[in-house]
Amino acid sequence: MQHIISVLVENKFGVLSRVSGLFSGRGFNIESLSVGPTLDPTVSMMTIVTQGDDRIIEQITKQLNKLVDVIKVVDLTEKEYVERETALIKINTRTEDRAEALRVADIFRAKIVDSTPNTYTIEITGDVKKIDAVINLLRPLGIKELIRTGRIAIAREEIKAVAAREEKERKVVSK
Amino acid sequence: MKLSGSQILIECLKREGVKVVFAYPGGVNLPIFDVLYDEKDLQVVLCRHEQGGTHMAEGYARATGKPGVVLVTSGPGATNTVTGIVDAYMDSTPLVVLTGQVPTKLIGNDAFQEADVVGITRPCTKYNILVKDVNDLAQAIKEAFYIATSGRPGPVLVDLPKDVVLAKTEFKYPDKVYIRSYSPVYKGNKWQIKQAAQEILKAKKPVIYAGGGVLSSDAHQELRELSEITQIPVTLTLMGLGAFPGTHPLFLGMLGMHGTYWANMSIHNSDLIVAVGSRFDDRVTGRVADFAPDARIIHIDIDPTSIHKNMSAHVPIVGDAKLVLRELNQILRTSGNGNLGQHKSWLTQIEEWKKEHPLAYEQGEKIIKPQYVIDKIYEATRGNAIITTDVGQHQMWSAQFYKFDRPRTFINSGGLGTMGYGFPAAIGAQFAHPNELVVCIAGDGGIVMNIQELATAVQYKLPVKIAIINNKYLGMVRQWQQLFFDGRYSSSYMGDSPDFVKLAEAFGATGLRATEVGEVETVLQEGLDATGPVIMDFQVDQEENCYPMIPAGAAINEMVFSDPDKSSKKGKGQKLEERADGVLTA
Repeated sequence: MQHIISVLVENKFGVLSRVSGLFSGRGFNIESLSVGPTLDPTVSMMTIVTQGDDRIIEQITKQLNKLVDVIKVVDLTEKEYVERETALIKINTRTEDRAEALRVADIFRAKIVDSTPNTYTIEITGDVKKIDAVINLLRPLGIKELIRTGRIAIAREEIKAVAAREEKERKVVSK
Repeated sequence: MKLSGSQILIECLKREGVKVVFAYPGGVNLPIFDVLYDEKDLQVVLCRHEQGGTHMAEGYARATGKPGVVLVTSGPGATNTVTGIVDAYMDSTPLVVLTGQVPTKLIGNDAFQEADVVGITRPCTKYNILVKDVNDLAQAIKEAFYIATSGRPGPVLVDLPKDVVLAKTEFKYPDKVYIRSYSPVYKGNKWQIKQAAQEILKAKKPVIYAGGGVLSSDAHQELRELSEITQIPVTLTLMGLGAFPGTHPLFLGMLGMHGTYWANMSIHNSDLIVAVGSRFDDRVTGRVADFAPDARIIHIDIDPTSIHKNMSAHVPIVGDAKLVLRELNQILRTSGNGNLGQHKSWLTQIEEWKKEHPLAYEQGEKIIKPQYVIDKIYEATRGNAIITTDVGQHQMWSAQFYKFDRPRTFINSGGLGTMGYGFPAAIGAQFAHPNELVVCIAGDGGIVMNIQELATAVQYKLPVKIAIINNKYLGMVRQWQQLFFDGRYSSSYMGDSPDFVKLAEAFGATGLRATEVGEVETVLQEGLDATGPVIMDFQVDQEENCYPMIPAGAAINEMVFSDPDKSSKKGKGQKLEERADGVLTA
């Protein structure tokens, strides 16, 4: 089964290599990995999409936790979460195709971010299915280049937590 | 007052209580050696090869529980430590490896003697770090010692560029470390420990299976207590030997591939396994699918990744063995009442297995049997020596025939199986315990892999004794070739070179040789009585095999006890699979 794992790590050099080395060294697979800064400049967040049965996923999360530079590991698959990926797709456009390209972009609320007489570059954000769908529709027009960010994901705020916070805020206001 | 990076480093080592540094100088770490030149409180041991130095540090660490410290230069100096680092990582041995590095300005330029050592050792260290600023040095060293020795111990490498050890700054040693992303769990979950106690009280056929973690956490007394109050027999892994007295009536010996029949049968037929500081390694479990089919498993380990890795545990407890066992014993003592130790028939059954296939060999009148040498070493040292071994048949025979009563007296390369480990490890152990008898039992193959350290032993006048079990073969390789490759001894015959007596003499050590049974005891006595390092060359039966044995991939109860066909010429050309009666299927 596919799992999306969030890994909060120290923002130090070599950390990405420790994490990717762990996966290759132990024969775990990485389907995608994205990493970026957080609000705290000393900390980065990685989103790793991986594949495995329960035992493998347990090993992956435990082994990640064991790395000294890893602060926190969350398997988002166990929770409600929102995931997104962005793709930039450069397509060849003959005159007769340009309208179709725009139509596809429009249907999926994608943006044209660069345009030349023979190409469009389309930016699309969404979950994996949406991106795959766009790619499939654009493929007949001739995709020249394609780049995907890999998935990022964030846990949905639990309703209870939201309710508790609202309650707290109400109390503060009423004081 | 400002200190140089080198001075800061040495000051840090002293504050960490380091007494011995295993070292080799070179271009970029000369500033550090220059500081060491005036240092009275730190002993610098000049090894002859950095791999040897790293194994010495391992031997030192395993004999004391304190971290072993290695100091080497950049490039080749550092890469030579890699085998020792991996070895320490596999066997959870605390090491702090200090490597020189080219000046920060030159890093990445393919400078002379430059290697990306932090990159190379990233997957085989518990942690490693390149110190780029002298102001970070003290903190890095403090953290290195903390990480190496806490939780599940392991090797930590600190890479020290030349300009960093030359630069000066105010020295301030942090008294505490806090690493937000690293906090090992020591105390076991109370509820889980209670569950474990319940399982123990219910069990009819329980076994304790303990490993090196018991030694790391200094929990041998707690382990003994658990066994004695519950009357549960104990089997130990190769790494665990010494954690429970080898002469104790409840001791079953080692388990696994070359473990005793009765230890393996106990495990296989048990209804409860109490695993403490052990990790269900493949050399222990044999074919996992058939491992202890009826057993419930309690697994106590400080490393969460060890639990549910090879075997699922019914009661997993993450924590330090000493603390967990102490709590468990407490509960058992108060709530156990009449239920403790009620499994006489189980112990009787184990006794029967013991009689069925005891550890045995036939010593004839002339040719020396290797096991006989181990027996005689045990007698001559009254079971009191620190034994280090290399890797192979002699290692297994040592584990089978020498009875280790004290913790930290059996030091060998378990996880990685590093040939060449035993002798330098013995040197390290001897530095840790100058007044104890340290004997290295080695094979004729492995001993030459780090024989250069004999010069170290001679230079420092160490009374390390080396007993070479010399069968002129890579014995374990030959055994497998005999059993599984039709007796085709491809590249496993080593012949008569070197002459170990002359070799010892060339280094300035004593060399002795025994070629017949009658000479074994005299050579041993002479060797143990001699001052300084001694090589004792025991020329033994060339084709003796190590039994019992679980063939790789077989289940733990499918042990083999003797050569497939004794009537044919030593079983040559006989495949093991072709013979059924050597294989016991219980």
